[in-house]
Amino acid sequence: MTPSRIRLWAAGTAGVLIVLAALLVAITAGVAIGEMAIPMKTTVAAVTNRIGLTAIPVPRIQEAVIWDYRLSRSLVAAFCGAGLALSGAILQSLLRNPLAEPYVLGISAGASTGAVSIMLLGFGAGAISLSAGAFAGALLAFAFVVMLASGRQTADRTILAGVAASQLFNALTSYIVSTSANAEQARSVMFWLLGSFAGVRWPDVALSASVVSVGLVVCIWHSRALDAFTFGEDAARSLGIAVGRVRVVLLLVTALMTATMVSMVGAIGFVGLVIPHAARFIVGPGHMRLLPACALVGALFMVVADIVSRIIIAPQVLPIGVVTALVGVPFFSVILYRARRVA
Amino acid sequence: MTLAANAVRWLAGRKVIVDGVSVSVKPGQTLGLIGPNGSGKSSLIRLLAGLRAPAEGDVLLDNRKISGFGRWELARRVAVVEQHSMTEANVTVLDVVKLGRTPHRSALSPWTDADDDIVEDALVRVGLTDRRDQFWHTLSGGERQRVQLARALAQSPVVLILDEPTNHLDIQHQIDILRLVEDLSITTVVAIHDLNLAARFCDRIAVLSEGKLVTCGPPTEILTEKMIADVFGVEAHVSTSAHHGRLHIQFLM
Repeated sequence: MTPSRIRLWAAGTAGVLIVLAALLVAITAGVAIGEMAIPMKTTVAAVTNRIGLTAIPVPRIQEAVIWDYRLSRSLVAAFCGAGLALSGAILQSLLRNPLAEPYVLGISAGASTGAVSIMLLGFGAGAISLSAGAFAGALLAFAFVVMLASGRQTADRTILAGVAASQLFNALTSYIVSTSANAEQARSVMFWLLGSFAGVRWPDVALSASVVSVGLVVCIWHSRALDAFTFGEDAARSLGIAVGRVRVVLLLVTALMTATMVSMVGAIGFVGLVIPHAARFIVGPGHMRLLPACALVGALFMVVADIVSRIIIAPQVLPIGVVTALVGVPFFSVILYRARRVA
Repeated sequence: MTLAANAVRWLAGRKVIVDGVSVSVKPGQTLGLIGPNGSGKSSLIRLLAGLRAPAEGDVLLDNRKISGFGRWELARRVAVVEQHSMTEANVTVLDVVKLGRTPHRSALSPWTDADDDIVEDALVRVGLTDRRDQFWHTLSGGERQRVQLARALAQSPVVLILDEPTNHLDIQHQIDILRLVEDLSITTVVAIHDLNLAARFCDRIAVLSEGKLVTCGPPTEILTEKMIADVFGVEAHVSTSAHHGRLHIQFLM
């Protein structure tokens, strides 16, 4: 290896370690902050106790709050942020569109419709069928966008198709909610639609962790192929990429990650948009570095956003979608403005 | 390597775009594709590059059907430069040229010193060594085509296929690009608009019209006043240039 490559590698490793450390601090803070303030020391002790490293006495109620509510919540937030950021990065590269992300393309809306159908119309029950419904809805919305934007896939057409999909599926969701839900259900659905980490438990951690891990591995495995998409599909094909297969696999993985997150915590917008651009700004456009960076930064962002949503109007909790949108929309505007200038 | 199309036919929907065309190019030679807009040049280029599969007929690389090559196998032999390369990504010249090594690496294999040497060599050949860290969107049209050519060279191809590589370039850059390609002395197929450039740089020329092959042969036999009138619908005067000894075509307006 040449010295410059060693330096690059060292810088990359250092970066990963720094973000990982920041993520650990954020998760610990996320566990410590809440209606019942718990010292960070207690948080760490509760976790090390569970793993069996230490046996420091921790008040039972604090341990229950840490273990059963806050830690699972922070971990789901982390995986959710990672998954959404990853989905955004993949969509932006595959569709060659800087504004693509699950929320803008209506995929989150489709997943919401699917999940709400399961919740209110009662096809099946339980977390798995809710995810399955969200997945079906996400795929449907995806198919809708791809169909509408087929042919010359310009940036404008894809986004317009996404707007149409969002409108359609949001209308369907509202229709289902107005016709099938009672007042209390409607309120809880609307709250859930804006995104909320309340009520997530360890099974959700397991589900989101496995989906995001598989997604991350599949995406990194395809990072060279994604690089080859820089100049479009024909260019990728001429570099020996199995364009059709890569597209299908990555779009399915994206739909699966989005659907899993939506079924758990509702449709959270703009994370998939903001994080990949921020990550590109830090590590450049190469996907081998970009994708892990997106996952890490996305996780960190979401954990922090969750903390903000809990303290900004404490003791009430702001829907997480409100926080991400308040950060995301200004960012979105800047990208739109810059895209206009480049074009 | 010899690249040949054998009675290839290709349709867009129900419209026949390429209609039973047979052309071939011998090792080290340059075949020019000329014809009016919509004559099927770009489509034939895509068929020859293996980017589209012909509805009928075959494309052969050294007498072997290219549909029988693996994707990587083909991409290591045939490199393509498109008419227009566009991206929103904030890539540098070096990033783009490195893409050429894609078919030579498996999903997770590391970048090697040999890859570095090949990329360096490609940059030297197109004269962009000092521009390697410049961003793509700051480059002029001519520079972008040179970068794409360097990317194609980094694929270490035996056949180079170019789809109107000099479109939208000023005359100096048109000549630069074609000189570069000429100096490579690898098998080349190039779709080209300018008949004088075709006469100057191609060993053989294939004339397409409405998807059909009109004629194919050395420039001196092909570029006749009658052919130009029949296919392009313009009156021309063809003479041998006193400067470079090749054909010189003047359009009578």
